[in-house]
Amino acid sequence: MTVTTRVRSSETRKTGAVKSRTRRRRLESWKAFLYVVPALAFSLTFLIVPTLQTAWYSLYDWNGLSAATWVGFQNYLDIVQDEQLRDSFLHVGVLVVFYSFIPIAIALLLTMVISRAHSLRGMSFFRTVLFLPQVIASVVVATTWLSIYSPNGLLNTALRAVGLDSVTRVWLGDFNTALVSVGFVGTWLNVGLCLVLFLSGVGNVQPELFEAARLDGASSFQEFFGITFPALRGQIVVALTLTVVSSLKTFDLVYITTRGGPGNSTSVPAYEAYSRAFNSGQVGSAASVAVVLTLGILIITALIGRLQPKETE
Amino acid sequence: MSRKIKTWTGTLAVTVAVALSLSACAPGGSTSPTASAGPVSDDVAGAGNVTLTVWDQNTDPGINEAQEALNAGFSKKYPNVKINRVTQSFADLKTTLKLALSGDNPPDVIQANQGYPDMGAFVEAGLIRPLNAYDELYKWSSYYPESLLKINSFSADGSTWQGDNLYGVSQTGEVVGIYYNKKILSQLGVEAPTSLADFDADMAKAKTAGIQPMSYGDIEKSPGIHLFGVVQAALAGADTVNSLVTGASGAWTDDVSVKAAETIQGWSDKGYIAKGANGVSRDDALADFTAGKSAFYIVGTWKQAAISEALGADAGFTTLNPEGSDTPVTTGGEGLAWAVTTGTKNPDVAAAYLDYINDAASAQTFIDEKSLPSVIPADFTPAAGLESDVFNTYKTVTESGGLVPYLDYATPTFYDTLTAAVQQLTDDQVTPKAFTEILQKDYSAFLASK
Repeated sequence: MTVTTRVRSSETRKTGAVKSRTRRRRLESWKAFLYVVPALAFSLTFLIVPTLQTAWYSLYDWNGLSAATWVGFQNYLDIVQDEQLRDSFLHVGVLVVFYSFIPIAIALLLTMVISRAHSLRGMSFFRTVLFLPQVIASVVVATTWLSIYSPNGLLNTALRAVGLDSVTRVWLGDFNTALVSVGFVGTWLNVGLCLVLFLSGVGNVQPELFEAARLDGASSFQEFFGITFPALRGQIVVALTLTVVSSLKTFDLVYITTRGGPGNSTSVPAYEAYSRAFNSGQVGSAASVAVVLTLGILIITALIGRLQPKETE
Repeated sequence: MSRKIKTWTGTLAVTVAVALSLSACAPGGSTSPTASAGPVSDDVAGAGNVTLTVWDQNTDPGINEAQEALNAGFSKKYPNVKINRVTQSFADLKTTLKLALSGDNPPDVIQANQGYPDMGAFVEAGLIRPLNAYDELYKWSSYYPESLLKINSFSADGSTWQGDNLYGVSQTGEVVGIYYNKKILSQLGVEAPTSLADFDADMAKAKTAGIQPMSYGDIEKSPGIHLFGVVQAALAGADTVNSLVTGASGAWTDDVSVKAAETIQGWSDKGYIAKGANGVSRDDALADFTAGKSAFYIVGTWKQAAISEALGADAGFTTLNPEGSDTPVTTGGEGLAWAVTTGTKNPDVAAAYLDYINDAASAQTFIDEKSLPSVIPADFTPAAGLESDVFNTYKTVTESGGLVPYLDYATPTFYDTLTAAVQQLTDDQVTPKAFTEILQKDYSAFLASK
């Protein structure tokens, strides 16, 4: 296609008709849009229009069926004023720590240990095991942890076995521990992802650097902060983006383990949006939560992106 | 070529314009079809070839088989009617039905949950059709007790539950009550409780004897409605709770509701309800009860088959009488209402189908499948034991007007509000007074918006 275009335009040039040339060129550039049409139609139908619609709905008080009432930005004000909605955003802040910061810290620590033991036997086995949580369907993960946290589950049995009977509790049923318990599942899920990312990053570091450091008598901490950590900056940014986004949009884990309970102590924005839109007929409020959540994710992702090292080439 | 391009760009422009105009008008309430008030007929054979799309939630074992048998029977009676059954769990139906109903091609027959959150919203939006004319045709009013018809009725604008228009009929009956373990009760030397005071005393005895008084698991949040509902009904009586849930009169902060909350928090403090029940699943709690680890378990009659199978002759079922009354008052009602949509092209056929799957013969089909029908045939004698406990209780409660509705019918958001608040109550996160204030806040906001 490009070839014919060029031939044709050179032909036009030969004729020397300037007017017809520009018109032709305009036609040619329109032709290029043809290639975009299917993809554009798709994203218009399934992404852009629904997004605009959601933003539009968020300005109404609507039960999803009957005529809606215009309320302006009241739904957004409610997010700040309504305790339940405000708390759901606070809860997701706690989850970010457990889904993102802690797994990255743990994975960095493990990277430090593992990268010094390159010849560790069965390395690929451990790597697979650590990555496994990412592969399992989240419903299965949630159901498994539900049983681990249950009154006679694995966790309480283990605590009793070592004489810590006083610590045992129904982890997901306790107002003080439910959110942390849900968060810990996120930690377990994301450590493997971060570790695999970091190990691949370490693999790209020239071994000579480590050798030189060791010859100079660097301790493993110095080696880590001098070489590994700076080299992993790109991977850490990727890990941060992936895990922070996954924590902000947490839904499945909460839906299956606690339904936002006990009370509302584990409710998160994505769960509130679902529950309000499909169960309690508060479509406008649900839409406003979704809009705020989307904007939040966009802003935070953009901020994290600024940590990305500039390409030097 | 250039003409083609113009068509393309034209299409694109139209797409964008349509998309923008779609998002530029107020959502909802635009195209709800109005039901024709034409004459109704029971002529199905003359309707030609008809496919009825039916959305139901009869997925439980027994009930599912009964529904299949009834559908087959209807198609056999009227070979010109094909039933296209779409069946899903209650929770799935609840979340998808609104979208299906408000779409361009709604199902013909649906099962609607009663109360303001679902049926009220459907009526308000004009999505389901009043069945008064079909009621006259098929004489449903003389078949169902009034208490059951009331639950399926609304005012024409959807603002008042238990109003003048009938919007559905129900196949199965439901009562929430107290299942008990006969072996444990005789070991404690007590009879099945019939009043709240007895119940309290029996649980105290169980606790002293080192037996868990009640199994209770509330991680799914819905059992909290039943726990509070049973206690509130026994304290307040049928009329008070009915007026409260329908929005006619009363407040959740009234003394009886505070008393009910105090009772439940007391049970939790005294260990009648195990600590951490908010983190225990409903099924695990039931398993503990059927394994003989506890004396009591509060749930509806829909668990009759499961409990009977696991506990056999040791299982019993009871309900509580309010003080000074000799008939019980408890949470209950009937299965979801079978309703006809306004969007159906064959309302007569749909109504005939409703009548067929809800009539006296269908009641027997449900009994055969070990389920409780909404109207128990007069000549039916239940087998001794749990079945007879359940059937007799249901009969007494419906006939004496002792049924109070599920409390989450009260407002569209009450399910979330009440279930979260009960979890707070049983874990001492709120005082009984504060608990009732949480409920009242939701309730008064809804009443003000009507």
